[in-house]
Amino acid sequence: MSETTPVKNDGPTVTQATLVKKAAPKSDYKPADVSPQRRVQRSFAVRLWSIRHSRLLEWFYSRFADMFLLLHPLWRGIGYGRVEAPIKFVEKRVKGFMFDCRMCGQCILSSTGMSCPMNCPKQLRNGPCGGVRANGNCEVEPDMPCVWVKAWEGSQNMVNSDKILAVQKPVDQSLRETSAWLRVTAQAAAAREAAAAPKTGAAA
Amino acid sequence: MSARQRDENPAGIHLPLDPLPGHSSRGRLERVLRRGEFAVTTELNPPDSADPEDVYNRAKIFDGWVDAINAVDASGANCHMSSVGICALLTRMGYAPIMQIACRDKNRIAIQGDVLGGAAMGVANMLCLTGDGVQAGDQPGAKPVFDLDSMSLLETIRIMRDNGKFLSGRKLTTPPQVFLGAAVNPFAPPFDFRPIHLGKKIAAGAQFVQTQYCFDVPMFRTFMQKARDLGHTEKVFVLCGVGPLASAKTAKWIRSNVPGIHIPDAVIKRLEGAQDQKKEGKQLCIDIINEVKEIPGISGVHVMAYRQEEYVAEIVDESGVLKGRQPWKREIRRDDQMVADRLDHILHDEITETQVDMVKTAH
Repeated sequence: MSETTPVKNDGPTVTQATLVKKAAPKSDYKPADVSPQRRVQRSFAVRLWSIRHSRLLEWFYSRFADMFLLLHPLWRGIGYGRVEAPIKFVEKRVKGFMFDCRMCGQCILSSTGMSCPMNCPKQLRNGPCGGVRANGNCEVEPDMPCVWVKAWEGSQNMVNSDKILAVQKPVDQSLRETSAWLRVTAQAAAAREAAAAPKTGAAA
Repeated sequence: MSARQRDENPAGIHLPLDPLPGHSSRGRLERVLRRGEFAVTTELNPPDSADPEDVYNRAKIFDGWVDAINAVDASGANCHMSSVGICALLTRMGYAPIMQIACRDKNRIAIQGDVLGGAAMGVANMLCLTGDGVQAGDQPGAKPVFDLDSMSLLETIRIMRDNGKFLSGRKLTTPPQVFLGAAVNPFAPPFDFRPIHLGKKIAAGAQFVQTQYCFDVPMFRTFMQKARDLGHTEKVFVLCGVGPLASAKTAKWIRSNVPGIHIPDAVIKRLEGAQDQKKEGKQLCIDIINEVKEIPGISGVHVMAYRQEEYVAEIVDESGVLKGRQPWKREIRRDDQMVADRLDHILHDEITETQVDMVKTAH
């Protein structure tokens, strides 16, 4: 027993988070949000895949947004308020699986190389902090690759790679747990209508 | 006593300077930088006490050697006297503090309030930081706030100053007149993004930046080259962060325990090979200052000598960056001096003065 333990500790799989997990009693309360325990349970594999395929996802996302916009009469017909709950249900699960989405309700994935900035323990939306480790991992969560190092890599693969240069506004906390897809669609539809109205006026 | 110093309000050292065209603040640091002089700033080690004398004593050792003093906001997520408190004390004494604001502990409501409060006390410089994570400090169980990030904080204060509005759009009756600063770390990945990130900070409102400790001059040179190519150095004053390392052991400890500080092996080897490591650490700092001051686009140095504050004056002096210029120095005013002389006379010259005698000598 005593012989196997040190061998196990030398292995590359033993991380800071695992040590924390081992030290904590099994019955301890585990907070639902970011914590070393949670990090161990979750693998970043899918999130990192999404970042590696940011160009594909960017293409897909723009088609998807167009499709949602086409369905605007449907959403309006049913009522944006009524359709919110089912869409949010789907959005939360799909984006949760793909990007570890935190449902901030104001998605900026296309400006951050498909790396969700809300996964940063400091929730930085404008770039990395100064504490990024030399190996490109997070200061707070030593096992996690820095969200912004990944965001930079992801954004460089994308067509609109300079969208990362935009200075983002602070998060509006009142939009948490709402559907970003529907909000973007409603805003795009409103903008389209506003643009169309003076045009018809000019033609007539 | 002597003639009035250059950057000083004749009506009182604690008062803001006259507004100048092209200046956004009424502080000393902005004047020094805009005059094109090589600026020196430093950091005050915040006391763990409620005694104002602790702050005054710690500020006194920088007298006449620095242009501004950073009042840190719970650096490393450790509890200390607040930056607002330190600034209140320093501005009273006429010093030019740089109020650091970290996003870790306060939300946008508290921060905007502190900006107004600080500016009202006469704080002319504010440095917007994200802040270390709470896990780094003495209270890892604290709730990390991070409501804003350094970028949106810069933009918030810029909007308050230039548009005279809160983030919500509500109007201010008197906007804060501040010189806005930010921090950059050219020594952490993603390296190619860092100069672009600096550009984002300038766009958000940064007018001066202080860098993380620089121990790797070639790496810093590359960063500055890119920043120059992007045209950033014309829009922002870059102060390079430097500091003495106490020993090779400390250097190694910092390298593995303090995130974001990059110390190359060559530096550690140089310290290990020295007879007196502390002296060598100081000499290394002076050598780095002499190298970075030649890099085009560098407007000054930020000397961080944590727990070695007494060396700041020597480092600045021996590196010769001030070129004979003496930054503002706190001097005893004529009335204070009269009281001090009088007290000295009464206490130490063995005399007994009666009021009758005093009246006689007065006539």
